[in-house]
Amino acid sequence: MTQIVQMQGMNKYFGTLHVLKEIDLTVEAGEVVVVIGASGSGKSTLIRCVNGLEEFESGKLVVDGNELAPKSGNPKALAEIRKEVGMVFQQFNLFPHLTVKKNIMLAPRKVKDAPETIANATAERLLNRVGIGSQADKFPSQLSGGQQQRVAIARALAMEPRLMLFDEPTSALDPEMIGEVLDVMRELAKEGMTMMVVTHEMGFAREVADRVIYIHEGQIVEEGKPADVFDNPQNERTQAFLSRVLAH
Amino acid sequence: MEFQFQFDWQAAINAIPYLLKGVPYTLLISFGGLAIGFVLGIIFGLLSINKKWFLRWPATAYIEIFRGTPILVQVLFIFYGLPDLVGGPIDPLTAGIAAIALNSGAYISEVVRGGVQSIDKGQTEAGLSLGLSRSQTFWSVVWPQAFRRMIPPLGNQAIVSIKDTSLFSVIGVGELVRQGQVYIANTFTAFEVYFVVAIMYLAITLSLSLVLRLIERRGLASV
Repeated sequence: MTQIVQMQGMNKYFGTLHVLKEIDLTVEAGEVVVVIGASGSGKSTLIRCVNGLEEFESGKLVVDGNELAPKSGNPKALAEIRKEVGMVFQQFNLFPHLTVKKNIMLAPRKVKDAPETIANATAERLLNRVGIGSQADKFPSQLSGGQQQRVAIARALAMEPRLMLFDEPTSALDPEMIGEVLDVMRELAKEGMTMMVVTHEMGFAREVADRVIYIHEGQIVEEGKPADVFDNPQNERTQAFLSRVLAH
Repeated sequence: MEFQFQFDWQAAINAIPYLLKGVPYTLLISFGGLAIGFVLGIIFGLLSINKKWFLRWPATAYIEIFRGTPILVQVLFIFYGLPDLVGGPIDPLTAGIAAIALNSGAYISEVVRGGVQSIDKGQTEAGLSLGLSRSQTFWSVVWPQAFRRMIPPLGNQAIVSIKDTSLFSVIGVGELVRQGQVYIANTFTAFEVYFVVAIMYLAITLSLSLVLRLIERRGLASV
């Protein structure tokens, strides 16, 4: 199988705080990896390293054949990676000055030099796919949170990514809107998209993940199939974490 | 003895044609200076938030110097001081435009800095994550949003600069105040003439306020 992400002995510091410790992790093409852990455990930082939104201090990180050097030392590889890796943020981060459709068209137009008509057709197709084709000409502020997050997913998909990163995509949503975003993600997983997902939605993790990773204080302390990690966690810190989040 | 003062409407009306000759100079110095000041403001405002210290420091020095000294001193320095350095006289109109440009440029730098820094860093991250370069992200994502927020303080600065041009009567530019002074020297109608001068400034600044409000309303509707 093809490895999309490969991390070896990766370390990341915020000042003197050691946030990622000797991370070894590979993600195969088509795999859905869900990263769980308490807040502050380093799980968001981990996936933000994959597309270079965070630098790392030492170790090795290869994304789809492009090797990133520590301290953003390889700008060419970084540029390649960002073209191939889509990201969905907790706060959506849609561009408020552009319509929904223009949000989606921006990157294909600027990065891939896609002709207007093709970028437009792609945007319409993707909006239909995430179920909001009728909102194309509205501005993000006119949409609900769930709709905004679905636009954000469509925006990332417009670059035809090889890997999608999701950084707590439902944490800022009202409860009744979580389902519609998870549905889109579920579809994406079914279609074979390679995904790394940081989430607190344990039901989604159990159902969709091929592999679950539990991070504690910057270290991967447990990883395996969702059934094994959730029903039979080996590490006592995983047990403690799961008993807290699954209790209610 | 009884003292009586009456506002001489006829004197005020008579002064208008002469005073109006000053308006083009006031407008030329104001808007010429502001146009250059806007360019300076973008350049130095962006440099002042650059990560590289050797770009940031000179920009900060420029901003502090021109915000921290009176514009009257600046224009006197340019008009009377600089000729010694450049070895020839400087035209008063040029000196006036240069003073407004340099002075407003320093304030506009701060407006630019504040506007850009007010945009959430999630916007930059979203742009970068889509594969846009740093400069593409800045110019197509951050700047349009920052510029919209800069419109009210820019309007404010434009009004301040228009009024600042009145100080340039001291270097003999035939702008509004200067025209008024010359006219009064012949007619001794200070009260009426300065009243008309004030109205003329007000007409310019109110028109500008109105235009800015229209631009703002159009701009905000799409956010």
